[in-house]
Amino acid sequence: MVGGCVMSLSDNPNVPRLDPWSRLRVHTSARIGLGRVGDGLPTSQLLEFQMAHARARDSVHMPFDAPAVATSLMSLKLPVITVQSAAANRSEFLQRPDYGRKLAPQSEADLVNAANSADANPSFDVVFILADGLSARAVHENGADMLRQTIACLGDDWSIGPLVLAHQARVALGDEIATRLKAKISVVLIGERPGLSSADSLGAYLTFAPKPGCSNAQRNCISNIRPAGFPVGDAAHKLVYLMNEARKNSISGVKLKDNFTARNLVETMRALPK
Amino acid sequence: MHSASGAGFNRFTFPDLKTVLAKASPLRSGDLLAGLAAETDEERVAARYALADIPLKRFLSEALVPYERDEVTRLIMDSHDYTAFMAVSSLTVGDFRNWLLSDDATPAALKALAPGLTPEMVAAVSKLMRNQDLIAVARKCRVVTSFRNTIGLEGHLGVRLQPNHPTDDPAGVAASILDGLMHGAGDAVIGINPATDSPDAMIELLKLIDDVRDRLQIPTQSCVLSHVTTAIEAMNRNAPVDLVFQSIAGTQAANDSFGINLAILAEAQQAALSLNRGTVGTDVMYFETGQGAALSADAHEGLDQQTVETRAYAVARAFSPLLVNTVVGFIGPEYLFDGKQITRAGLEDHFCAKLLGVPMGVDVCYTNHAEADQDDMDNLLTLLGVAGTNFVIGVPGADDIMLNYQSTSFHDAMYLRSALNLQPAPEFAQWLRKMEIFDQSGRTRPKLDSSLTQDLLAWSGAA
Repeated sequence: MVGGCVMSLSDNPNVPRLDPWSRLRVHTSARIGLGRVGDGLPTSQLLEFQMAHARARDSVHMPFDAPAVATSLMSLKLPVITVQSAAANRSEFLQRPDYGRKLAPQSEADLVNAANSADANPSFDVVFILADGLSARAVHENGADMLRQTIACLGDDWSIGPLVLAHQARVALGDEIATRLKAKISVVLIGERPGLSSADSLGAYLTFAPKPGCSNAQRNCISNIRPAGFPVGDAAHKLVYLMNEARKNSISGVKLKDNFTARNLVETMRALPK
Repeated sequence: MHSASGAGFNRFTFPDLKTVLAKASPLRSGDLLAGLAAETDEERVAARYALADIPLKRFLSEALVPYERDEVTRLIMDSHDYTAFMAVSSLTVGDFRNWLLSDDATPAALKALAPGLTPEMVAAVSKLMRNQDLIAVARKCRVVTSFRNTIGLEGHLGVRLQPNHPTDDPAGVAASILDGLMHGAGDAVIGINPATDSPDAMIELLKLIDDVRDRLQIPTQSCVLSHVTTAIEAMNRNAPVDLVFQSIAGTQAANDSFGINLAILAEAQQAALSLNRGTVGTDVMYFETGQGAALSADAHEGLDQQTVETRAYAVARAFSPLLVNTVVGFIGPEYLFDGKQITRAGLEDHFCAKLLGVPMGVDVCYTNHAEADQDDMDNLLTLLGVAGTNFVIGVPGADDIMLNYQSTSFHDAMYLRSALNLQPAPEFAQWLRKMEIFDQSGRTRPKLDSSLTQDLLAWSGAA
């Protein structure tokens, strides 16, 4: 064979090139039918993989552009507080998850001040936190949309706390934030660990009665929120369903049975403010 | 109290055995996170001097996790074979390293010694070994197991075909199985991590694999990696369970966090044995482990992550597994920061397991938030091939679209078999030839026009 020639499956030039993969590939986004050169990967596939990995890594290390996110959410007319975890930089954040769950001292003071100045409304039903987590890209691309659609579905009887934008944050940082703001429920919208083909995946974590030391069993999670995964619109409806159930029953996590179905979706839509 | 005996650094003292072990461990982020790592490089090497002087016998009298409240410690102590241990009972940890590398440590001698070793002895000596030592000694330890084929023979390398799909879509899973078989993968197991852990989901996937295995008479085994209790329920409902899977760890508390204990594992093993589905052998268990698992469950009992990992192999070997693998880079950079740490951990896990008589394979892998890439995986994969790993993982294009991490690909396994002249399990290799997936010289060059291949394509398309 000519060097560098890419075989799809068979090395025999006399065999017609059958490409069953185009038929099979519609069933999965797995990297099947890549072809091979000898035992190795064709150059085109090698580079495609490297690009996917580069994008995923860039998503992990991309700085969180909190001002841009705040600007895109101005129409919500919520006060915005930007906070920092105890992790000083990305490298520390990645190696010390415990730091990512604690507030930096200055941020703690800022939140206490914000809570005190909101004396007319001393506690909130919910506080929303947009956090970079492991993919700032996910928050940049899907965070504002998810928040807007969630608030649009939420009934008028919800009192919503200041919007918090959190740098170098793990999910549990939401417990610290919600405690300072005296919120009954925290919703953390956070960048998930990027997969090779899902660098923009957002997660939503709901916790009733959040306080430091809450376990993951006390949270409800909606994962893989992104256009090619769980679309934002559906995810927002599911989140609102969970929020209503959590408030009604004063629970969250494994005890809050996730019976969200198409029927709930219809009911949620009907309940939307006209 | 232990102190380093070398001139000039007696100022380093270590209060107990677990501190010496932790401080002697090569640097990794998980031990820093736990606050157990040596403060300086000098202290780390001083701890190794101290460790080298400790008699192996000390590990039999000083339990690192109390016997009274940890069933893994009880398993280790109660199943220790002192007669087998006699061969090395007079040695210190430092002497033991010398012996392992010597010509006296033949494959037969190492095999006979395995029941006489405890995980702590093995973890201890690994901390004095360079990467090449871990490879050189592991090469001498063959652990052979069997179910429908034979895994772990010298000169052979198995591949777990891992056709995961984010929604367990049968057609998606089938497409990846087909892709893997066409690349010669699947002799270790066709093993799916299900997206949903329920008996119904497990049974549906088991039937899917069993259907193609039976239709094409593939001499391999299937596994759906649900929780052990799900597998027990599936077996109660007469599902075609070949292997029972479970993640395991090195302390009772960590296993408790996984929702398991030794009694549940024994119950599952007995249930799988009673199905009598193996044709070549009766090894019915499949375990996964990985450094950092105990710490992440806050159940490491003050042990460094490599020592507590090694204790998981005592759990594994009590149930004569067909397959065990460490998922070395999956857990993330807070436990293993970069390619160097992942590489070291992979070689340690493989060496420690093999020395204890555990049939170790390795999921050579990383996540996108670790400082690692495909070059690091190529290096570790090649090193493990030289070290004689029983099997590696094969995922289409190295991209696991369900678990969102990068493992090794079918191509990677082909490279390794080709570069080191390693064969699939003999029964499976014969099948690959019959299917004309292998050519006459044993290279993976499938013929697409054979009737058998067409049958496989038709099955996959119909799934």
